[in-house]
Amino acid sequence: MQRIFLAAIVLASAAYAQDATGNADNGKRIFMKNGCFECHGTVGQGTIAGARIGPPPLNAQGLIRYVRRPPGQMPAFTEKVMSDQELIDVYAYLRTIPPAKPAKDIPLLNDLRAK
Amino acid sequence: MAKKIPVGRRGFLKGAAGAAAGAAALVGSAPAIKAQSPERVATPLPSAALAAAEKTSPAPRVDVYTTDRPGADFMVDVIKSLNFEYVCANPGSSFRGLHESLVNYGGNKAPELLTCCHEESSVAMAHGYFKIEGKPLMVMAHGTVGLQHASMAIYNAYADRVPIYIVLGNIQDINFRRGDVEWAHSVQDAAAMVRDFTKWDDNPVSLSHFAESSVRAYKIAMTPPYEPVVIVADAVLQEEPMPEADRRNARIPKLALSTPPAGDSGAVAEAAKWLVAAENPVIVAGRSARTPKGIGLLVELAETLQAPVQDRHFRMNFPSMHPLNGGSIANADVVLGLEVQDFWMATHSMTPINRLGMESKPITKPGAKLITIYSGDLYGKSNYQDFGRYAEVDLSIAADAEATLPALIEACKKLITPDRKRAMMERGAKLAEASRAARERDIEQAAYGWDASPISTARVTVELWNQIKNEDWSLVSDVNPFFSGWPLKLWDFKKHYQYLGEHGAYGIGYGAPAAVGAALANRKYGRLTVNIQCDGDLNYAPSVLWTAAHHRIPMLTIMHNNRAYHQEVMYLTDMAARANRGIETFNVGTGINDPNIDYATMAKAYGMYGRGPITDPKDLGPAIKDAIAVVKRGEPALVDVVTQPR
Repeated sequence: MQRIFLAAIVLASAAYAQDATGNADNGKRIFMKNGCFECHGTVGQGTIAGARIGPPPLNAQGLIRYVRRPPGQMPAFTEKVMSDQELIDVYAYLRTIPPAKPAKDIPLLNDLRAK
Repeated sequence: MAKKIPVGRRGFLKGAAGAAAGAAALVGSAPAIKAQSPERVATPLPSAALAAAEKTSPAPRVDVYTTDRPGADFMVDVIKSLNFEYVCANPGSSFRGLHESLVNYGGNKAPELLTCCHEESSVAMAHGYFKIEGKPLMVMAHGTVGLQHASMAIYNAYADRVPIYIVLGNIQDINFRRGDVEWAHSVQDAAAMVRDFTKWDDNPVSLSHFAESSVRAYKIAMTPPYEPVVIVADAVLQEEPMPEADRRNARIPKLALSTPPAGDSGAVAEAAKWLVAAENPVIVAGRSARTPKGIGLLVELAETLQAPVQDRHFRMNFPSMHPLNGGSIANADVVLGLEVQDFWMATHSMTPINRLGMESKPITKPGAKLITIYSGDLYGKSNYQDFGRYAEVDLSIAADAEATLPALIEACKKLITPDRKRAMMERGAKLAEASRAARERDIEQAAYGWDASPISTARVTVELWNQIKNEDWSLVSDVNPFFSGWPLKLWDFKKHYQYLGEHGAYGIGYGAPAAVGAALANRKYGRLTVNIQCDGDLNYAPSVLWTAAHHRIPMLTIMHNNRAYHQEVMYLTDMAARANRGIETFNVGTGINDPNIDYATMAKAYGMYGRGPITDPKDLGPAIKDAIAVVKRGEPALVDVVTQPR
């Protein structure tokens, strides 16, 4: 159990190290330039065509793995069109997106619950 | 008695010049027309012979150029017998006789002529109108150029099982074609161009023939599956006097619509047996609710079985907040498809576009029984492929689903034992809980991107709902997938006019005119018509906004202004990623920006209220509120909202 915990710390640290090298401003530029926003929305909120990724549910390596070999409808983007570093920058941008407020704190959304 | 003053050609031209001067005075500030330079004056003067002829007394024998009874008057009698409320048309010479008779003989009432600026708009307006009102509109068009404009919209209606009653003008007899325009606007077989996607057509050669075929066409169009029909109104029949014999004998046949075909009783009993015995039955609804009554029947079937309903939203089939809305085909042991044109697609997964090759797999469990009730099995054509892939099912009932549901419900009720009832109620409780949880997830998801600019489609959906929820509203646009389906997830849809479904054949350019047609039908009921309008769609024929303004058709349009053809953006990105190159070129050939289109100004140019562009989500609620106030005064209004792509 302790080993698993340590492994988790190591992985998290590795992910943090990757994140720390990401340039969020460049990541945002790439996110828009390469059309990621077309399916995922400009703040990664998700649409009918692409999953919610802002803030990101995966770590940077997870994001890279997913982009290289996506299991669903998303096209696979190889290193020829998006480098690992660019994806790390995108990840850094996605991490700057704050989580959504709970719906209960948005009156118009909370009203929908009255039904 | 008024004194006759002969007017020769020169006198007429002089009078016309005076009239033009008067007209110029009326518009006051209109810029003056520049005089042409002398060498550009090319209009020939009348020849000496013509000038002389116009100044001499007419020959003793004078042809009669007037008639008290053009054939088109009788055509109007026929048309009135079919109870059309409106005729949509862009004016054309090949049906000028019928046009004049509708206005002057028919009094421009029942039907009233609506001025359209494009034949595609005429047909799509009729398409949207039908889905609210349940009866066809008439469309008039040239048999050549007008029908060519109209053809895509006719194909949409055909694929969407919507009857459109199309009357085409044509000059069949070469001896009556006056000039090159009339030759170019004449055709040997006018309906040929759309015969692959219309149900029936005829080219009557007499007025009595016109009467019989017109009534027959209406009956065929209104027998499920509903489809467009075409009648050619020959220009000579329209314009020449009605023959004496016809004046005495011509009659309009009685119209008796056919009852829709209901399913065979043995097959219905078998379907009921399977559904009642099933552990996890799922109902898939395509165009199940053919009339408003269809919603109640589907609710009754679902509640009788405590079975979930997957609404594919080709019509308003099932209440969106009903606890049985949802379910999973993957877990089903019996799947019942009701008027599902793409039943194969509903029961299979396909290779996504981002993969090479093509393979498909059933998403149903092995051994699951598949039942279809589908009127499309009674009718079909081969050239256009809207029928979809062949569905391998266990029980195929060729019938109209709505007409079959009463018998199916009764058959199910008779078979339900107390044990089955208990099991069904337990199933229903689980489904209700799953439905509630799904709604909760949707509400939480809507919070993401809440304050984003461009404005999220979820935010637009919720802001709109806040303004219309206490009104008698009608959403007349397709929002799935173009608006991420948000209204279908968050709004409370109950009534047949609250959602109209989709284009039919995905021919873009349907949205705006279909919305105007639907708003036209809603007008007399005082409903608040809401149109979430895709920008790409509006730009095909935006002049329909003028038609809405001119005819005082109230409608709230909210622009989904995402400044691109986004489906194609995604396809282009897919292709570039597949080819390992240039993924940043997605906007080339797909963007509708640089310059951005100012839709509020466009609306104003067409004579209606325009507001925007709205880019800050905080401004959206007040803008919608103001626009609704305009709509409540009986006018169309448009709010341009710059939105997220989806």
